[in-house]
Formats: sequence, structure tokens, C-alpha cells
Amino acid sequence: MVDPLVFAQLFWVFFIIGLFTFGGGYAMLSLIQTQVVTAHSWLTESAFTDIVAISQMTPGPVGINCATYVGYEVVRSSGAGHLIAILGSFTATLAVVLPSFIIVLTIVRFYTKFQHNRIFEGVMSWLRPAVVGLIGAAAIILMFSVDWVGTKPGVSVVEENFTDWISWVLFAAATVASLVFKVGPIPIILAGGALGLLIY
Amino acid sequence: MVSLWQIFLVFAKIGSFTIGGGYAMIPLIRDELVKRGWISEEELPDIIALAQSAPGVLAVNMSIFAGYKMRGFKGSVAATLGSSLPSFLIILLIAMLFTGYQDNPIVVRIFKGIRPVVVSLILVPMINMARKGNKTWWAWVISAATLFMVAFMNFSPIYILLTIIVVAFCVTMIKERRQGNG
Repeated sequence: MVDPLVFAQLFWVFFIIGLFTFGGGYAMLSLIQTQVVTAHSWLTESAFTDIVAISQMTPGPVGINCATYVGYEVVRSSGAGHLIAILGSFTATLAVVLPSFIIVLTIVRFYTKFQHNRIFEGVMSWLRPAVVGLIGAAAIILMFSVDWVGTKPGVSVVEENFTDWISWVLFAAATVASLVFKVGPIPIILAGGALGLLIY
Repeated sequence: MVSLWQIFLVFAKIGSFTIGGGYAMIPLIRDELVKRGWISEEELPDIIALAQSAPGVLAVNMSIFAGYKMRGFKGSVAATLGSSLPSFLIILLIAMLFTGYQDNPIVVRIFKGIRPVVVSLILVPMINMARKGNKTWWAWVISAATLFMVAFMNFSPIYILLTIIVVAFCVTMIKERRQGNG
């Protein structure tokens, strides 16, 4: 029999994670790790590392994947069956999404009301170019990691994403296909997966 | 009007191909929603900016925002369910049935091919947005400074966005006052 308190704790922990994560799924992972591995000892470090790897290697937002998996594992490892563990998944996922709902709905109502307000438009005219920079940074971070102060300062390739020169060829081909030939993202992802399977 | 079921289905499609972080969702939203005319090209950067200013999973925030723009509260629920349900089911399937999924050689090979391609899919909408949106030299300065601080100096995006909101608000207010007096 599972202690119902586990569900309450799961809900609370993931609600807090959802509320205090800024910067998307990857920022969320370290917060989940602190809570789930360090604070509550629900999972071991290596079990969590596996979950992170799986979250990145399945379709869907990383934050949702990770919450779903952790919710399942936490309840399962306390001795429950599959069906009860699914309830754990549901609890964690719902809890992580709930703060977003409250906050984003407030923002979107504000947005629809003030969309054509001059001051709001003034602020947005600064925010839009910042978003361009953020997206560019997200892409660069997936390609290179920069170290300013380490023993060997410099720029290195993120080998997880760019394993060899073939990765760069795929990257260049996808960029040309998307930018020049306007191929949609789904065919490009499918082609990337198929080529990966064939080449490696 | 777009039906809730249509919103759910399109977001399920978007969610199924969002691989990695929320930024990987941007090309899909553009391809599925802007091309269908459900949201406008101009609204896309606003959605990303404001979704990023709120806490939580970026992909979920964008779904809530876009769903609301299309069909109000019900639309945001349909969009969020759509973008999370495929992940939820796939993860449960893996958790229950496939131990060692992440070491499976076929999965590893497929993702070796997908990962570099996803980086390019994040980069291309950024180029398009910069070309269409950055109309002043000042916009380019903001883009470049943000990119540099986040990518090379490890600044958290939220601090940059909050600073910009405060500074932009003050500057706009001062401008408005001056125009009002003159």
C-alpha cells in the first residue's frame, strides 16, 4: 500500500518546481534534481541521470517528459503497481503545469487588453529583439560551450549534439533545406532521424 | 472559428516533434499555426517573449498563450493537453516496458542524426525573425547583447528580460511625457 502522502509531496514539489523555473526545461532539470535526489532521496543520482537522458531522447518538451517519468518512478519505487504509478505521473505533470497556467493566463489577458496600448507596444519593441538574441543563444549553447575561467579556457563543441563531422553536414543541410527551400520542420526531423539510423 | 479538437490535434502534432527544449517548438508553431493563419506572424515573437517571462516549461507556456489567442481559456487547455499528452504516453510506455531505452543502439543512432538538425531548426526562425523584426539599429544592439550575455556569459534569460522590461517601460514613459508636453 502506498502512503497517500507521497502524492501530496509529489504535487507540492513539482508545483514549486513549476513556479520557480525560469528559462525552460533545461533549467528545470537541476531544480528537479535538487528536490528529487538531494532533498527527498526519492531517486538515486544514477536513476535520475537515466531519466534525464530519456527525457532528451523522446519527443516532447523536456520538462514534461522528466516530470512524467519522475512521478512514475517515485511511486513505483515505493512498491506500488503500474496503475498507481501512472497516477504519480499524472500528479507530477499536472503540478508542474499548474503555476504556468495561472501566470501565463494572467499575462495573456493583460496582453489582449493592452496589445495596442502605446506604452505596452514600446516595451514589446524592446523585448522582441531580445527574444531573437535568446533564440540565437539557445542554438549556440547546443553547439558550443564557452569556458572563461577553467584550467583550459576556450570554446569547445558540445559533443553530445555534434558527435563528428557528419553532424555538421546534417546541420548545414538542414539549415539550407529550411532557410532556402522552406522545407517544414517535421520532414527535416524525420530525415535527420532516418539518416542517423543509416549512417551510424 | 477553430474547433477545440483541431487545436488539440495540431498541438499533439507539435508536441510529438518538439525534441529537446521549448525553443525546438518555435519552428513547429510557425509552420503549423502561422501558416494556417491561426496566429499572425507578428504575434509569434510576442508569444515567445511573454512565455519566456513566466516560470515553467517554455513549451507549455507557449501552448497556453497560443491556445488562449485562438479560443480563450478552453483553447489554452486544449493546446496544453495536446502538447503534453504525446510525451506523457510515450514516457509511460518507456517507463513500463523498455528498460535501457536510452542505450538502445537504434535509438542512439536516430538521435545522433536528429540532434544537429534540431539546432538548425532553432537557428532558422531566429534568422527569419531578425530579418523581419529588427528594423532599427537599436533592435540589433539588443539582439546582439542578449545573445552574447546568455550564450557566452551564462546570464539567466529571465534577468535580462526583466531588466529590459523595466528600462523599456521607463524610456517609453519619458518619451510619452515629452510628446505630451511638447
